[in-house]
Amino acid sequence: MQEADWPAELFEVLCARGISQICHVPDSGHGRLIKLCEARNDMSVVTLTTEEEGVGLLAGAWLGGKRGALLIQSSGVGNIINALALPAACRMPLLVIVSMRGEWGEGNPWQLPMGLGTPKVLEAMGVTLFRADSADAVVPALDAAAGTAFNTNCSVAVLLSQRLIGAKEF
Amino acid sequence: MAGFLHRRDVVKTLLARRNADTLVVAGLGSSAWDVTAAGNDDRNFCLIGAMGLTVPIGLGLAEAQHDKRILVITGDGDMLMSLGALATVAQVRPRNFAIIVLDNECFGETGGQPTHTAGVADLAAIARGAGIEDTGEIREQGEIDALIADVYDAPGPVFRTVKIAYETLEDFKPPLDGAYAKDRFRVALLGAKAAVGGA
Repeated sequence: MQEADWPAELFEVLCARGISQICHVPDSGHGRLIKLCEARNDMSVVTLTTEEEGVGLLAGAWLGGKRGALLIQSSGVGNIINALALPAACRMPLLVIVSMRGEWGEGNPWQLPMGLGTPKVLEAMGVTLFRADSADAVVPALDAAAGTAFNTNCSVAVLLSQRLIGAKEF
Repeated sequence: MAGFLHRRDVVKTLLARRNADTLVVAGLGSSAWDVTAAGNDDRNFCLIGAMGLTVPIGLGLAEAQHDKRILVITGDGDMLMSLGALATVAQVRPRNFAIIVLDNECFGETGGQPTHTAGVADLAAIARGAGIEDTGEIREQGEIDALIADVYDAPGPVFRTVKIAYETLEDFKPPLDGAYAKDRFRVALLGAKAAVGGA
């Protein structure tokens, strides 16, 4: 059986959902998806200096009529917590795709605290979570997440598990 | 060195030139009151929180609306919280984007505690170092006409610090409900269907 190319499938969902603004703090788990987005002329891809910038940038894009997604690593979730008040207070959609660290055979002890805390702090801030532990769960999770975010004007995160992405030695 | 320009006058003069193609994002606190005092325009998006996100919001809006002119008007405290965003702005290089920092060298909403610009920090120099080519600092009334011309007409990104006096002024509150403020802005810009969630 051929191995599923889930980053390419994620990309197709983003296109089908009309997403044209991508912002990210890069992570190797998002590497292929970022490359696919950068190859599209009709997508704006912005590299951030810190993750909370992306919450503001996507709010601005939405004010201007564009849908976007924020691609970050679980360590960056800690940086966006206070910023989540913006989409919550304004009832704006926010779609975040989080590549998880610190959970499945993690090699870097510094990744553990935020990895373990990621689902809890996001839920504490009222973010709806969808989780993908295997390649066949990725497309349904992102499609459901995008539908929820843009149909109900709320903040949604897709957690791509470290089991899916692969444990890092460091 | 502290400034002596009056913030309300500067913002009122600056926004007197706006038209339907001008979109304003105002930082929380006094900047939002200044922008509202100049006119409670549907094409204002005034923050009541989200400190440090004013410039990123303006950048996202500038990327989404290339035919509009996007002005961010904010304070030194808000700007100091998102200095990295200046590097992102420089990288994206939106031609329709201007940032105006009203610098009173203090946290005005919390009792006037001095910010880093009261010491040695120079925001225009930081913006230049981040890669924004067109930066400057305004101190004199005689420089306001040039400020307006640059903010509206110069190829962006444009960054200007305006050194202002520390004043305690009447609050001019914008809509405090963010959901209403967002819908009002989107309907003005995108039409009535934008209020029901359509992009």
